[in-house]
Amino acid sequence: MMAQVTKELMIKEFKSYFKTPLGYVFLVIFLFGIGYLTFEPGRGSFFYMREASMSAFFRYIPWMFLFLIPAVSMKLWAEERKSGSIELLLTMPITVKQAVIAKFLASWGFIGLALLGTTPMIFTVGYLGNPDFGVITLGYLASFLMAGALLAVGGFFSALTKNQVVSFILTVVACFVLIMAGSPPILEFISTLLPKYFVDLFESLSVLNHFDSIERGVFSLSNFWFFSVTIFFWLFGSIVLLNENKAN
Amino acid sequence: MLEVRDISKSFGDFQAVDSVNFSANKGEVLGFLGPNGAGKSTTMKMITGFLNSSSGDAIVCGASVNEKPLEAQSNIGYVPENAPLYEEMYVREFLEFISKMRSLDSNKISSRIDDIIKMCSLKEVEFQKIETLSKGYKRRVSLAQSLVHDPKVLILDEPTDGLDPNQKHDVRKLIKKLSKEKCILISTHILEEVEEVCDRCIIIGEGKKLFEGTPKELKDKSEKGRIQDVFRVITTGESMQGVAV
Repeated sequence: MMAQVTKELMIKEFKSYFKTPLGYVFLVIFLFGIGYLTFEPGRGSFFYMREASMSAFFRYIPWMFLFLIPAVSMKLWAEERKSGSIELLLTMPITVKQAVIAKFLASWGFIGLALLGTTPMIFTVGYLGNPDFGVITLGYLASFLMAGALLAVGGFFSALTKNQVVSFILTVVACFVLIMAGSPPILEFISTLLPKYFVDLFESLSVLNHFDSIERGVFSLSNFWFFSVTIFFWLFGSIVLLNENKAN
Repeated sequence: MLEVRDISKSFGDFQAVDSVNFSANKGEVLGFLGPNGAGKSTTMKMITGFLNSSSGDAIVCGASVNEKPLEAQSNIGYVPENAPLYEEMYVREFLEFISKMRSLDSNKISSRIDDIIKMCSLKEVEFQKIETLSKGYKRRVSLAQSLVHDPKVLILDEPTDGLDPNQKHDVRKLIKKLSKEKCILISTHILEEVEEVCDRCIIIGEGKKLFEGTPKELKDKSEKGRIQDVFRVITTGESMQGVAV
């Protein structure tokens, strides 16, 4: 059961996205961007594929997230540390662990809201044909889980620095590496440096591979574990980091 | 109510606070003096549990900050240095958020906040965004957030810094009024403030406690009754004619 303080902080953090233009700008850019990319008149476009599925939509989700998730996560801790309000927050009866979880859940909820905003796409596909709603549901689940993993990474880099821009850039780089970890150019590069064992390990860390396999409709427990462990690992890192350097 | 036992903090080789001891009771205003960088804020951050001490402990209403930080923190009201706030929130909304974080009974929050707003003279800015407020108002909002849960111990880090003379007067008056019911630790480098509001004072320099006594005792050390001369002699170690420490 979630503690009262965690819940209250989470609500406040969620609302804070709508106190500044950030929340609205994000939602508009995300919804417009993903809509455009899905229907753009290229080879991978929705109409060119002539099938009632959302694969054109889900294919672009990781790339939208790559730039938009760091924008959501960059303020989580960097802003508090810069303004000094972290001192206010952490001298209230709340532990660092509770605060990290509350902020993470608030940002995750915000991305959840952004994904909810794309539901007209489901109706469009449903109107045009007979899509497999199970696959669509899994696609959304994969998108949401991936958002959680990337937000946890972003929260960590936000806790690392007081500067939001630095936090943004580091998160984009880290997310790019995590998303691309399974791609041939990166794997080839790594195989020139490290033994095969590490190459396999690196490949298994690829967010994109796990995302793709759920999105295609193959949901295995290992994918679910992968995202859970990634989230847990980066949140744990944030807690350790904040305990060490919250006052600097 | 507040007992600080041999508290120390070092950052690498730098000893910021070195075995500082003191205690304060209900109804007492303890002034915490020292030049900038003497370790005042660091000591306060350790008492409030924001920083972990390198050694030593602080006991707040019977709860050790090291062992039961949440219990100690629930009895403390804290105004951090420069009074940081959540600037994008409205004054009343912010105070409601703090009340909920302090686990106040939800039926009582509204009337409690009305009282606090009246006490801190915030009525006219109640529905304004904090970022639009003047420095004086921000200080008062920060003071208000430290009072919502009616804490037994108040820790105020330079609460009058940057205020105009009238605002300083108001804040001091409020502190005086609160002191009957609470134990207050107030850091400052404004020496008149010490004479005006403090029952006792402590001077620290380079992390060490250099003096503890009443403002009168401090004043009596100078033949001319100039408290700033005594402060100077104690913190710099210089000698000065007519001042014996």
